[in-house]
Amino acid sequence: MLSVIVFLPALLAVVLLAVPATAPRRVFTGAWIGVSALDVVLVGVVWAGLAPGGGFSWQQQVPWIPSAGVSYHVGVDGLSLPLLALTAVLFGACAVFAWRETRRVKAYVTVFLALQTVCLGLFVALDLILFFLFFDLSIVAMYVLIAGWGHGEKARAAALKFFLYTFLGSLALLLGFVLLALVATPHTFDIPTLIAANPLAGGGLYAGLALLAIGIGLAVKTPTVPFHTWLPPAHTEAPATGSAILAGVLLKMGTYGFVRIAMPILPATWREYALVFVIVGVVSVIYGALVALAQTDLKRMIAYTSINHMGYVLLGVGAAGLLAGSDGQARQLAATGAVTQMVSHGLITGALFLLTGVLRDRGGTYDMGAYSGLASRTPRFAGVFAVAAFASLGLPGFSGFIAEFQVLTGALPAAPVPTAIAVLGILVTAALFLVALQKLFLGDLRMPDAPGAPRPLRDLRASEAVAVVPLLALATVIGVLPRVLLDVVEPSSRVLVDLVSR
Amino acid sequence: MNEDPVALLPELLLLAGAVLGLLAGAWLPRHRQWWVRILAAVAAAGGLVATGVAATRPDEVVFGTSYAVDPVTSATRAIVLVAVLIALALSVDASAGTARETEFVVLLQLAGLGTIMLGGANDLLLLFAAFLLASVPLYALAGWDKQPLGVEAAMKYYLSGAFLGVTMLTGTAILYGVARATGYGPLRHGLTVAPGAAVAVGVVAVLAGLLFKAGAVPAQFWVPDVTDGTPAPVAAIVTTIPKIGGLVATYRLLLVAIPAAVVDWPLLIAILAAASMTLGNFAAFFQTSVQRLLAYSTISQVGYLLMAVAVAGRAPLAQPALLFYLAAYAVTNFGVFAVVAELPRARTLTDYRGLARCHPGLAAALAICLFGLIGTPPTAVFIGKLTIFTAVVDGGLGWLAVLAVINTVASVFYYLRWIAPAFRRSEPHTGPQPAPQALQRAGTWSAISSYVCAAASLILGAGAGMVLPLFGGSPNS
Repeated sequence: MLSVIVFLPALLAVVLLAVPATAPRRVFTGAWIGVSALDVVLVGVVWAGLAPGGGFSWQQQVPWIPSAGVSYHVGVDGLSLPLLALTAVLFGACAVFAWRETRRVKAYVTVFLALQTVCLGLFVALDLILFFLFFDLSIVAMYVLIAGWGHGEKARAAALKFFLYTFLGSLALLLGFVLLALVATPHTFDIPTLIAANPLAGGGLYAGLALLAIGIGLAVKTPTVPFHTWLPPAHTEAPATGSAILAGVLLKMGTYGFVRIAMPILPATWREYALVFVIVGVVSVIYGALVALAQTDLKRMIAYTSINHMGYVLLGVGAAGLLAGSDGQARQLAATGAVTQMVSHGLITGALFLLTGVLRDRGGTYDMGAYSGLASRTPRFAGVFAVAAFASLGLPGFSGFIAEFQVLTGALPAAPVPTAIAVLGILVTAALFLVALQKLFLGDLRMPDAPGAPRPLRDLRASEAVAVVPLLALATVIGVLPRVLLDVVEPSSRVLVDLVSR
Repeated sequence: MNEDPVALLPELLLLAGAVLGLLAGAWLPRHRQWWVRILAAVAAAGGLVATGVAATRPDEVVFGTSYAVDPVTSATRAIVLVAVLIALALSVDASAGTARETEFVVLLQLAGLGTIMLGGANDLLLLFAAFLLASVPLYALAGWDKQPLGVEAAMKYYLSGAFLGVTMLTGTAILYGVARATGYGPLRHGLTVAPGAAVAVGVVAVLAGLLFKAGAVPAQFWVPDVTDGTPAPVAAIVTTIPKIGGLVATYRLLLVAIPAAVVDWPLLIAILAAASMTLGNFAAFFQTSVQRLLAYSTISQVGYLLMAVAVAGRAPLAQPALLFYLAAYAVTNFGVFAVVAELPRARTLTDYRGLARCHPGLAAALAICLFGLIGTPPTAVFIGKLTIFTAVVDGGLGWLAVLAVINTVASVFYYLRWIAPAFRRSEPHTGPQPAPQALQRAGTWSAISSYVCAAASLILGAGAGMVLPLFGGSPNS
């Protein structure tokens, strides 16, 4: 079942390759929307069939390279299923958003379908090499997307930087995986087997090096300070849908790696160095927020808020490893909050990036100084953007609040000072989003001077609204009725916290 | 003493194909010389069947103790024979119908034969004979097209080969002198009581010749000139086939004959591996000629391959990793060169601009093979790299794995410098129109070879679970 979900988009990509590029472009986008909708439905079926108790469901294991201990092993639990669902939904939104794409649509849709398979596959992979395979391919596909459909020459430079930086991270990750596999007897890359065996329960230098390699690999992808420098240019130059996927799904691969691999397989070492992750998380929170505050480019600003939001995730997973001063309930709250934050950030930031794509489509630039007073002419766009901005700054009633509240509450007993500092990040984020809203939508109407005839300023189109509004609706549902999500996450985060504290 | 010639059936088939081909080629008119190629292909295919049959029989050492027929030899035979088949297909467009088609095919077969012999040699004297057999045909092949650059390349290739060959012979003499034996088994016995300094000199001198075959630092000087100065099919053969023999021979020699307690060869090989991959990568960075870029890329690939040799005998995965990486490298490297051979007028990276629009299939094959050389999953080289990294970390050379990771990231840069223009639209407004003849195709055979190699690279990656165990059995001693 999971394999069907994962490989359905790739299958469609192969079929579409046989269709001539001269076919009407709606054939490609329409097929993509169809397959994405089907994937969302199938994920719903998986969600309904998830076994209670927090263990893995829907497992499937086929030997791949038995002599090296590698198998094709997939399965989901409460930590991965929400992210799988997020990926399916976000790709669906991008498919709808791409309805009006005109540039080399066949290649565009094919690359996106490949990326979709890769992203879905990563969240169901239960084998380190399978995980790495999807991790690495996501870099290749995203590189192609940024270089091919970004904004000109600068996009290629940004794409190269993105590739080199994250590829270094992924190879560091591979090295860490090799270290993990070698300590198990027999050598295996199977995640559940490694978790059960807990071969590095004693900690030590070897385990420290393994965590270092894996930590660097995941930190580059997340990204946390100081490994974040690839992110702003990649986001600024990527097409809107690419940015949405990059922020909404690819960044989660980093943080998901912590909860899926680093924490349960290296529990002793994680506990030993948990404070490092807490501190890195808090630095990311503050640094991301402050740098975002200084931006004049809207997309760059949202990119930096991603660093800020991912910082909360890191704070949460770090706090889940701090035994001293906290009880199991607090740690579980922190871990649950971290997963909730991943989902919430994916939905909200995905929506925000799609909306900046709309802005660029109308005005040709992301520079906030070039716009003013848009609310009078584009009320729907202004309304939706305002909702997304408020959701992102953590207003109660939206998913961001639920997530950050849990993370901060869970982290407070174990790490009171870092948590107190991290709260300040929310304040800065609130300020920067309000300033951005004010610049863009209030005041006198001003648009970037369009060359030639003044263009009519169009409000949100139907396809754009259909792409963005469901994301915000889901964020609101999670904000108002969090049990929908938490009932799935909590059993698994309880298992996770038990594994870390063993 | 076993002198049953049937044990050498794959080698004999290759030899018979070469000799009969040479004779037939002397009598056939120019437009019928393709029969020689067919004969060569039949011989190679027959050799593959014979290899398969031989692999099911128990291991043995034949002709005294000079030649081992064991899993390592079987794997070498299989990889080389497949490589010869690919090379035969790859070179059709460039060599068919020329005055020296027969020579091309026969020289290729003889070089392949020498390479297999290198892999199976279990005696220093046979090793040197195999070295000559694998080298001399390739010198001639380098000058095959009689162009000034090719002749110069052949000269350089020959001179460095002659020099390093003599060095190798000297090393053989020294080792024989101190150990009183040339067969690997007795050699090991003799070396354990021999003076360490003499053994070290002898080993280093013998390695000089083998590293020359592999194109590794410090015997890499011929690689860029020969690769850049010869037609793409020749360059493909020279950078792929001898490497297989050179590396397998190094592996067998060090593992079976040289006790690590006398000479610390793991460290030596690790340093050479580090030097090869680093030098190859950094020299490749700003190359503009595709064949020169590929030349340096092959030097760096040898570095990764030598990593597996450095942990020979100390990590169970070392041997399967080495052989699998060799197979993956051969297929992938041939795939890239097939694209180059298909577009003989595109000499520089910028000539590839717009390839995806004119020839999408070729662009896809090029991208798959170049991403393969980087080591991106799910291609075969990725599995090769994964197993080599695992073996190296297992063998206690973690620093080498870290260096290899950094080198791999660095290599992404120059491979992408090639992939990116291929997928870029040619923009008529911003620059001069790329000459359409730069992307003119040479024929169909090179293109088909590139598709087959790209597909094989993916299939080998997916089917690694079935292939890796075949490379596992330990070598005879």
